[in-house]
Amino acid sequence: MAGKRSQVKDIDRSIYDFRYKEDGFYKVDEGLTEDIVKQISKEKHDPEWMTEFRLRSLEIYNELKVPDWGPDISGLNMNDIVTYVRPNTNMKAKWEDVPDDIKNTFDRLGIPEAERTSLAGVGAQYDSELVYHNVKDEVLKQGVVYTDMESALRDHEDLVRTHFMKLVPPSDHKFAALHGAVWSGGSFVYVPAGVKVEIPLQSYFRLNAPGAGQFEHTLIIVEEGADLHFIEGCSAPKYNVANLHAGCVELYVGKNARLRYSTIENWSKNMYNLNTKRAICEEGASMEWVSGSFGSHVSYLYPTTILKGDNSHMQFNGITFAGKGQNLDTGAKVIQIGKNTSTVIDTKSISKDGGVSTYRSSVTVNKEAKNAKASVSCASLMLDDISRSDTVPAMDIKTDDCDIGHEAKIGRISDEAIFYLMSRGISESEAKAMIVSGFADPVAKELPLEYAVEMNNLINLEMEGAIG
Amino acid sequence: MSLLDVRNLSVSVEDLEILHGIDLKINKGETHVLMGPNGAGKSTLGYALMGNPGYSITGGQIYFNGLEISNDSADKRAKAGMFLSFQNPLEVPGISLSSFIRNAIVQKTGESIKYSEFKKELKKNMELLSFDDSYKDRDLNVGFSGGEKKKAEILQMLMLKPSLAILDETDSGLDVDAVRTVSKGVEEYQKNQDGALLIITHSTRILESLHVDYTHVLVKGKLITTGDSSLVDEINEHGFERFM
Repeated sequence: MAGKRSQVKDIDRSIYDFRYKEDGFYKVDEGLTEDIVKQISKEKHDPEWMTEFRLRSLEIYNELKVPDWGPDISGLNMNDIVTYVRPNTNMKAKWEDVPDDIKNTFDRLGIPEAERTSLAGVGAQYDSELVYHNVKDEVLKQGVVYTDMESALRDHEDLVRTHFMKLVPPSDHKFAALHGAVWSGGSFVYVPAGVKVEIPLQSYFRLNAPGAGQFEHTLIIVEEGADLHFIEGCSAPKYNVANLHAGCVELYVGKNARLRYSTIENWSKNMYNLNTKRAICEEGASMEWVSGSFGSHVSYLYPTTILKGDNSHMQFNGITFAGKGQNLDTGAKVIQIGKNTSTVIDTKSISKDGGVSTYRSSVTVNKEAKNAKASVSCASLMLDDISRSDTVPAMDIKTDDCDIGHEAKIGRISDEAIFYLMSRGISESEAKAMIVSGFADPVAKELPLEYAVEMNNLINLEMEGAIG
Repeated sequence: MSLLDVRNLSVSVEDLEILHGIDLKINKGETHVLMGPNGAGKSTLGYALMGNPGYSITGGQIYFNGLEISNDSADKRAKAGMFLSFQNPLEVPGISLSSFIRNAIVQKTGESIKYSEFKKELKKNMELLSFDDSYKDRDLNVGFSGGEKKKAEILQMLMLKPSLAILDETDSGLDVDAVRTVSKGVEEYQKNQDGALLIITHSTRILESLHVDYTHVLVKGKLITTGDSSLVDEINEHGFERFM
């Protein structure tokens, strides 16, 4: 008996791993040049200021260096990446108007069904453009705007111009600059003061074309006293060539407003996920992140919150699951500026089959942030001897008048706990799945029910499969 | 045919042999007590019988209901009707005591169980063990006191209805009241479920209210004597010295 161990198979991605040919799609050439950026801008009918913004971003991109502190991304060659792929349709407001192959894709991902049962609005992006966008009438009547970024740029140009890449400027890092140059698609949400959107809005991003990049921009403005839950999902079929995701999310949370932003990210394992998300909170505002990272080959993902206003609050619940061939570097950042601001970061990471999971966070408490509170807790679970887990928590506290706590736990899945469960008649794979699900439970509890189910299914799929 | 038939069993932990040629037969419904000084190998026997992968069988066989189970995994042994109450039950966050038990019943029997029936039976057994109702919704053993953990073990035994339950130091670290409560649960299992028991202990408190058929004394990895319940009293008075 001793020494005999179960082999845990890789995730079954068959529900995500299917593709259709991109017949009749418009594409730019591979690589990144001024001509390509101009071409994208022309195709998208940008206003002049946006064309200039793109070209300036490209210049910054060319000046900045690739980050040297995280997972290796030398397998990503920008000369091979197609930065813009437009599907053979414009945006529809009815699923039956969406071309069959694209509609089938979203059907298989369960998006139209979720829309019928539990969402107030849905946006669906296929490669570089939104192919579907629809919002329930009652939400529209509340004055909520939920549309693709291109329409927003046309119909709400002033709002976009005053907010677009102001939280994440192109100079932030190389891939933010890349995003500024070639961004396309994404969602724009505007919730007027005092409006509470009772059920969530969801955008789903599907990257279908091999060797392509997706650079969607999500801009959400929640005005004073308003309330919104926004869900983002993403997936792609697996290819042998590198795909790139360098999206950007900017969230403006007004005075006493609340925004909850949930993500289930399930990119295929040839994806470089170099995503940037940032929120700014005014006085009394509350920002809640729920983040599940399951996919991609390499991820750099650290949603950042700026607690600018007094009494503002942020909560981050995240889970990362790194399997074979995955190096996922995830975490959260916060900058506390206002008085009485508070932060709760609670993350779980799981690694198996040689996967590498790194928790990286930073908490900055400024001098003027009197009576600030921050509590950071990160736990890692390694399912075998070949996997790796690291934690890199940074803290920069500039005032004495604050209350900061940090707790980190790293451990291997306990053979004794597995034996304990097995002694009750539970199989080894089920026992492991139970322990992992239990470990992930605090995050699952934060997710809307159907996503919690999806997450559990993912974990069970990971664990089932084969006992060798 | 014996329920449990252990033949000349030797067990090693990390290449160190702890048990040397154990023979033990337990019939249906019988209660056996295994006593011995600290470090004699009592818990090792419990783990080896239940199939802990850290304990390797280096000689002999284990038969259960006439079938050899020496190489079976712990879940197979549990499905065949064995149960081990742990000396130090493990904490499993994220799964409640009641959903764990229900899940285990379904996995063990391969059949689903009506929720209403399950709830009724759970309530009955928790009352028997004076186990506060709120514990059923708490994460399995997480933050339980020593006594509550042992109650949770006995509760699992009563709910899973094994034909042989091995109780490893179930009474250790418990106060008088807790021992009495746990004994009540064991008595219920003896009488109403006709369950066989192997009670591993080095004290005798748990045995006061229980009927005992056989007592075995284990010293330095060997079973050196077997007697009836009077042997318990003798050890109680004189200790293990005469066996060492």
